Amino acid sequence: MRVLAAMSGGVDSAVAAARAHDAGHDVTGVHLALARNPQTFRTGARGCCTLEDSRDARRAADVIGIPFYVWDMAEQFHADVVDDFVAEYAAGRTPNPCLRCNEKIKFEAVLDRAVALGFDAVVTGHHARLGADGRLRRSVDHGKDQSYVLAVLTREQLDRAVFPLGDSTKAQVREEAARRGLAVADKPDSHDICFIADGDTQGFLQRQLGDAPGDIVDGRTGERLGGHNGAYGYTIGQRKGLDLRVPAADGRPRYVLSITPVTNTVTVGPKEDLEVDTVTASRVIWHGTPTPVECDVQLRAHGEVVPAVVTVEGETLTARLATPARGVAAGQAIVAYQRSADGDIVLGSATMTAGVASEALVAARA
Amino acid sequence: MLDEALAAYVAAAREVGNPSSLHAAGRRARRLVEESRERIAAAVGARPSEVIFTSGGTESDNLAVKGLFWARRAGSLNRSRVVTSAVEHHAVMDSADWLGAHEGAQLSWLPVDSAGRVDPASLATVLETYAEEVAVVSVQWANNEVGTVQPVAELARLAAGAGIPFHTDAVQALGQVPVDFAASGAAAMTITGHKVGGPVGVGALLLGREVSCTPLLHGGGQERDVRSGTLDTAGVAAFAVAVETAVSSQAASAQRVGDLRDELVARVRAAVPDAILNGDPADRLPGNAHFSFPGCEGDALLLLLDAQGVCCSTGSACSAGVAQPSHVLIAMGADDDRARSSLRFTLGHTSTLGDVDELLAALPGAVERARRATAWKTPR
Ligand SMILES: Cc1ncc(COP(=O)(O)O)c(C=O)c1O
Repeated sequence: MRVLAAMSGGVDSAVAAARAHDAGHDVTGVHLALARNPQTFRTGARGCCTLEDSRDARRAADVIGIPFYVWDMAEQFHADVVDDFVAEYAAGRTPNPCLRCNEKIKFEAVLDRAVALGFDAVVTGHHARLGADGRLRRSVDHGKDQSYVLAVLTREQLDRAVFPLGDSTKAQVREEAARRGLAVADKPDSHDICFIADGDTQGFLQRQLGDAPGDIVDGRTGERLGGHNGAYGYTIGQRKGLDLRVPAADGRPRYVLSITPVTNTVTVGPKEDLEVDTVTASRVIWHGTPTPVECDVQLRAHGEVVPAVVTVEGETLTARLATPARGVAAGQAIVAYQRSADGDIVLGSATMTAGVASEALVAARA
Repeated sequence: MLDEALAAYVAAAREVGNPSSLHAAGRRARRLVEESRERIAAAVGARPSEVIFTSGGTESDNLAVKGLFWARRAGSLNRSRVVTSAVEHHAVMDSADWLGAHEGAQLSWLPVDSAGRVDPASLATVLETYAEEVAVVSVQWANNEVGTVQPVAELARLAAGAGIPFHTDAVQALGQVPVDFAASGAAAMTITGHKVGGPVGVGALLLGREVSCTPLLHGGGQERDVRSGTLDTAGVAAFAVAVETAVSSQAASAQRVGDLRDELVARVRAAVPDAILNGDPADRLPGNAHFSFPGCEGDALLLLLDAQGVCCSTGSACSAGVAQPSHVLIAMGADDDRARSSLRFTLGHTSTLGDVDELLAALPGAVERARRATAWKTPR
């Protein structure tokens, strides 16, 4: 196959490209320039978006012995990922920019261009398995598994994706990089959000969205407990930094339960009020398993799975959770997995719109 | 590197000697350096003392633009204007910009026509308008992207008439078109080794005997006190052989390579009828063919042709490696799309008709593919 390897400058994508090359594919390396001004993105060895990363990616391509190019994806990245990130927060939701980047940049803009240029597939260093049956599975390295941020890919996108690392642990990948003479072998993993240079997401949102003072209210009584400078600064389940003037009657800590952009209100309450046992979601990607289906669902990146019964009807996915979950944030993905010995299989995913507590659950709280 | 140049390099490199030293090895090294200086001078129409060895084109351009500016301004403080063209190599452009940003220089950028040529009348106007202000004029001999050859002698004559030092970057011209420093009338001229089959990292500024130039590098006072630093004897020896070889074979090579280039241009136009040949159709470097392929991205075309073993280049890239629309094409009046759709094919003494055949076998398919790939740009 003629394949295009997206090379971030990190160790994973370098080894992925090398393996694709070893497998006999005709590999071309491409580094995606995502920053309008490369200096403003994270510097240091964060594995994303910097001048250093571009150089590291080129070095790796030279060592592997494949052609290498830099593609300017800054405009698309800003429109589809950064602007979307800000708009989602403004709408009271919690976006996942890495997922969005896979969906819109790596496996849409880049893949489309690659296909137009005659490539058959895009190779990335994601930790996930894509077997002969075409099903997306978790990596053997559960700690590094990235199937959650790939589950948004459609059948067509998966058909043109190659993930050579899914059968290896991160430690094996690093060891292999060192053996291959790839200088990125001990480069630290990337964390956080690549386009927020100082890692201060709140400061970034504050600069983008400005001050928007509003109320913090008690979820049960409706009483005003304090104020905030912008509802986007809060995430569901957050406990610290609420700065409430009025102590809770029972003296127990309070958590952010919901954010209502229309009234610019942050609602707080006790921990148990965070619990939901039904999740609804839209923008469904479903790979054909008949529903209702008993499976596991994951409600956030690196989160635990919860057994659930998932039903897909038209554009809506509903999951009834066997045990209540806390901190379910609209905008995050729900990914359904079917347990399997050779890697849990992704059945589908969707974007959560709401988490609600059933009457039974509410009754149990009282 | 040319075999002859490499042989000269190896022979000289075996002898460790500092040409600035007085002992025997130093004397041998010095003799080699001075012979090389004489050979270069003879080949390019200069006097030996006018050859100032440097580390290459970038340094020579910096030395000329800044050094001539400083020296002229030191003579009269209101002479602080740098006049240069809009299509210079970055070594000249950025030196001028730096003088503007850090030395209070005023800048005049001479425009070019759609073929990339500077109109001497525009220089005459600037020299007249700013008669008391101009400190230095720098216009390249030939352009490194589109190959257009500038009317250097005319420009030099105008500057000399106004008593202003004229520098020309002849990096691309040497060995490709006849270059004679004295006959050109220039006060200073940049040449570099690696464009004539010599080593990378050695070049020269030809600097007229009477021309004063403030040094960039201070130290041991070598090279007329204009460029301090121990000379790289082996590099200089190889450079001299390369210059001599390039100049002596220039006419024959230009004929052969020019014919091959004309063949390439004709066949590209036949294969891709809407391809636009950039640069002056007649007054251009013999080995240069530069096209815009409407509807294509240059870097996509490059990827596709490279995959088929065809070498070509787009303009320059920023430090992260992202292709930038060429300032040369923009100065010639091209819009961003046309600038981004361009590609340069360079022919040299090793190029053959077989290379042209290979290019033409790959090009039509690549252009069609690249056109289809342009649609990706529209963000959804
Ligand atoms: C016109 C021109 N000037 C200057 C240079 C820079 O020369 P060097 O690479 O020797 O520093 C080049 C590049 O090769 C060039 O094409």
